[in-house]
Amino acid sequence: MPSWSRRVFLLSSASATFLLTAAKRLGFGQRSAAAQPSPAPPPPEAQTAEIALTINGQLQRLRIDLRTTLLDALRNHLGLTGTKKGCDLGQCGACTVLADGRRINACLALAVMQQGKDITTIEGLAKDGEQHPVQAAFIEQDAFQCGYCTPGQIMSAVAFLSEGHEPTDAAIREWMSGNLCRCGAYPNIVEAIKQAAHQSTNHAPLHL
Amino acid sequence: MLPFTYSRPRNIGEAATAGAQPGTEFIAGGTDLLPLLKEGVRRANRLVDINDLPLGGIRHEAAGVRLGALTRMSDAADDERLRRDYPAVVEALLAGASPQLRNLATVGGNLLQHTRCLYFHDAAMPCNKRQPGSGCPAWDGQNRGNAILGGSRACIATHASDLAVALVALEARVVLGARHGEREVPLADFHRLPGDTPQIETVLEPGEVITAIFVPAAPYSRRSTYVKLRDRASFEWALTSAAAALDLAGDTIRQARVAVGGVATKPWRLPKVEEALAGARADRSIFHAAAELAAQGAEPRQFNAFKVELMKRAIVRALADAGSLA
Repeated sequence: MPSWSRRVFLLSSASATFLLTAAKRLGFGQRSAAAQPSPAPPPPEAQTAEIALTINGQLQRLRIDLRTTLLDALRNHLGLTGTKKGCDLGQCGACTVLADGRRINACLALAVMQQGKDITTIEGLAKDGEQHPVQAAFIEQDAFQCGYCTPGQIMSAVAFLSEGHEPTDAAIREWMSGNLCRCGAYPNIVEAIKQAAHQSTNHAPLHL
Repeated sequence: MLPFTYSRPRNIGEAATAGAQPGTEFIAGGTDLLPLLKEGVRRANRLVDINDLPLGGIRHEAAGVRLGALTRMSDAADDERLRRDYPAVVEALLAGASPQLRNLATVGGNLLQHTRCLYFHDAAMPCNKRQPGSGCPAWDGQNRGNAILGGSRACIATHASDLAVALVALEARVVLGARHGEREVPLADFHRLPGDTPQIETVLEPGEVITAIFVPAAPYSRRSTYVKLRDRASFEWALTSAAAALDLAGDTIRQARVAVGGVATKPWRLPKVEEALAGARADRSIFHAAAELAAQGAEPRQFNAFKVELMKRAIVRALADAGSLA
């Protein structure tokens, strides 16, 4: 009996979606618009590259198609599936990671362009088995429902705190506006960030 | 996304040579380009990464401020002197995109971002900007977000940049680099009206790159502000925006600068509004009368007529905000 995990199920539905997408690309069900001439593809060997990425302090070497985003490199090449793919267009923030300590959308960063940067993902936040204070605050304040946007929310919140904004409700809402939550957990997210900000001023500074 | 090659030149000459090849796109922040490549709106078989070019940094001079084209939006927004001396620029930067995007996106790339017109972004639909000659479904379609000023029968797509609106009001210039040196163009002349060729959006020649943005220090720069009105409070495109800058002598306006966004096919300076303000008293009734002139020549379509009134109100508010600045 094959064991059906959530991931296996998602992967098989993803293949079905892929087939549908492929069918669309081939013109089935496509509305017609004058075809744009496509530039000729480069030779196959020029479409890939050997790259080195520093992820959560570890140097990782991988061969990728040059089109690979940092998000896909993390999820599909390195097995770091904590960083989520939502819209893949920079609109939802589910893929937020830190590059040299600054938050970015991993879906809008080509992996080949991230070499030499220190990338921190949600998997790199906990130290010595201890949750990062922002992670702990999200749990304590019940700052999520389905959880899909949560890694991105947490990475963005960690950056928010290190950027040094006054942690008022208004500032948190403004500076967290690049992270959408379809469940609408916003009030508790704001509380979690306030709690973490309070801890960081009263105790040791938050590690990254 | 079609397969592409990738190169990372170290000087403008190399970049310009590579960039002039057909099928090539420059990439800096990538926040505008990558979604377009993913959605098949733009097609490239060569990417030229310009991040190694020496085009970063902010330099304050007596005559103005020079923003290197590769300056990240967040770094420009964090610059204390820029905030003090050219507040409209920083307000426009902070009103644009999300913090994550601002860490990636560059100020040069911001001026070159593509329209948010629904039809431009749907590769299955006709669009004269994306596919010249295919038609403009926005004309009689979902045109709530489209332009009321500067449009043509071929295209009524708005220019999406907030930053450009503040910069046009402050009479910024862009420095363009090519193989054989640099040239400077007023930002107001940098973007082209769509006319019959909406696919040609700027005066950039093939291979040419923006190397810097220069904002002159003027008597009105410090008293400048940017107002953005949108469907939600943050991280959303402008329905209408207005940048205003005032040079005051007591409560008399010596000179004014006004530009609007979200309503026009390019960042839209309003010289008639400025003329009506020059020499007048800085009060709300004057602002209202001047703002009326902004709508001259406006050509609303079915779903965007509300922008005429919204634009006037945005201008009045920007002027009132600028007038009350210390």
